[in-house]
Amino acid sequence: MNSEGFFVIGASHHRAPLEVREKLSLTPDAAEALRTELAGVAGLHEFAMLSTCNRIEFYGVTSHPEARERISAAFCARQNFDRGAFESFRLSLHGRDAVQHLVEVASGLDSQMLGETEIFGQVKEAYAKAQERRSTGPVLNRLFQKGFQAAKHVRTHTAITEGQVSVANVAVDLALTIYGSLAEIRILLVGAGEIGEKTAKAFQSRGAAAITVASRRFERAMELATALGASAMPFEQTDARLAEFDVVVCATSAPSAVISQAAAAAAMRKRPVRPLFFIDQALPRDVDPLVATLDNVFLYNLDDLGKIAEENRAARVVELVKARAIAAEKAGALWQQVSAQVAALTSGGSADFAPHLAQPVQPRAD
Amino acid sequence: MFAGFSDRTWLWAAAGFYLAGLLLGTFSLLRGGKPSGAVMYAVVVAAYLLQLIGLGVRGRAVGGCPLGNNLEIYQFVAWSAITLYLVIGVTFRTSLLGYFTSCLAAALTLVSLAIPSWDPALRQHIFGGNPWIELHAALAVFSYGVFGLLALTSIMFLARNHSLKSKNLVGWVSFLPSIIDLDHIGVRLLGMGVTILATSLAVASSIWLRDTASANLFKITCTVAVWAAYASTFGLRLSGRLLARRFAWTCLVLFPVALLSLEVVNATRQPATPPSAINSPAKP
Repeated sequence: MNSEGFFVIGASHHRAPLEVREKLSLTPDAAEALRTELAGVAGLHEFAMLSTCNRIEFYGVTSHPEARERISAAFCARQNFDRGAFESFRLSLHGRDAVQHLVEVASGLDSQMLGETEIFGQVKEAYAKAQERRSTGPVLNRLFQKGFQAAKHVRTHTAITEGQVSVANVAVDLALTIYGSLAEIRILLVGAGEIGEKTAKAFQSRGAAAITVASRRFERAMELATALGASAMPFEQTDARLAEFDVVVCATSAPSAVISQAAAAAAMRKRPVRPLFFIDQALPRDVDPLVATLDNVFLYNLDDLGKIAEENRAARVVELVKARAIAAEKAGALWQQVSAQVAALTSGGSADFAPHLAQPVQPRAD
Repeated sequence: MFAGFSDRTWLWAAAGFYLAGLLLGTFSLLRGGKPSGAVMYAVVVAAYLLQLIGLGVRGRAVGGCPLGNNLEIYQFVAWSAITLYLVIGVTFRTSLLGYFTSCLAAALTLVSLAIPSWDPALRQHIFGGNPWIELHAALAVFSYGVFGLLALTSIMFLARNHSLKSKNLVGWVSFLPSIIDLDHIGVRLLGMGVTILATSLAVASSIWLRDTASANLFKITCTVAVWAAYASTFGLRLSGRLLARRFAWTCLVLFPVALLSLEVVNATRQPATPPSAINSPAKP
């Protein structure tokens, strides 16, 4: 059994710091050119390339042990990156370990934000691109397709993806515990900075539609509102129009509170039936803490949100052992299924490209 | 008897299933998980059908709606609450409501079966063969079942509200429905309960107006007071003067008061009934 035949090499957030990952990051054009170049690597029968902000990984099937070095060399040359430095933090796995790595990556177990689900889509996209370029064959097709099933199994049979771990998503979850659905709620974003923008985007990604931006600089509010597909209003109208909103996200750099208890109480008198939810992401705080004493009003500040995110993160870490055990079991079974195929494919030793790689490179659809 | 078993046996079996639902839910929650909605629903449906058989056998034995003593009244209240849960549980997919309803039904049915004096061997015919009085009683007790479910959703609302206010969102409270959903269900249940009890009173008043001698003033006062309390709560909620936590507390406190009024009404009724009109229900 040639376990070296299937491999993964690359670099990720585990060993490569951000400034290094910035240099390793591939633009779409560079990625496309690299794919074309890798199609010419001798002895590389199949390959797929996964490029995200936290990792660059090459999955391949080869009959030449040097193929991995050739990939590294081609990648470093394209990125104008020192080969020796790359080797110092390079990930290199093969056989069953590589399969387990694929399952763990796809299920979010290897992600910087443990249990995040975006990576699943990114791995799927990487596989789809490889298929489109006809650089996959029987081994990678089986490994990726079964790997996706294994990743789904890990996610559904553990609590690894439960509970939000980013402050913005925790805020969205809290809004859901109050309102049940985000489709009908109206959101006011007070402050047009980066934190508020992230929270607004988190709300939008979960179905919120009616967002209004208020900022001391109205032009900035307009700018952000346009970017978000939202509307803008002058900051001075905040108190007067507070009653129109269900969720108020405050993230200004004001030196003191911009929402007083009196203003919140006045808003509640105008809309007594529906709860009002304040998310205070500012330091110093934008919302008077006394607002929390009002009936049917909920106030969460940065510390509150951070604490919940941390609790969720800790809960995911507890699940990690269980999730890894499932991933290992699935990877073992999967490797058993494909190892003979890998051996058969790579036993020729000197054989160059698989027939499917010899096809002319298709032009990019985009 | 049905299939060789007495009404009380069927009712005990039903109570056992409600208790099983309670234990199953408690066990899941203590383990940090959410009780399976499908399993909970299946257990409650099984209990409901057993209770339906038990009440049916009792009804056949007494020749009318089984509402002649405390056991029957409490069983009917539990059955009414479950009837509504079976509808609401499917319509609103209200998480944990099955568990809470099982708790209420288990408590009502077990207590009513465990107190022998609540189901005396000798009992009276209370409707005098008048189907309108029977309808009035059935509607009134059904409305108490609605108020029972309302009390449960109020507890759920208060727990959810407290968890959000105290920022302690882990554990069983994390499985509760949203504040808005619980509030909406509460308002609908209250409206339904008030309407059903009003209908019951309207049916009764048509009888009392024709036969003032049969009217028990104390009973009328108690029932009207319960209706008025719930109707006022409903009015205050709709006008926005009784909201959120205070609304939930009011609905919760009113339920034991309403149950107590049932007890009082039942106690005052018995001496007034002619001793000749008695019947003996099947007992194990």
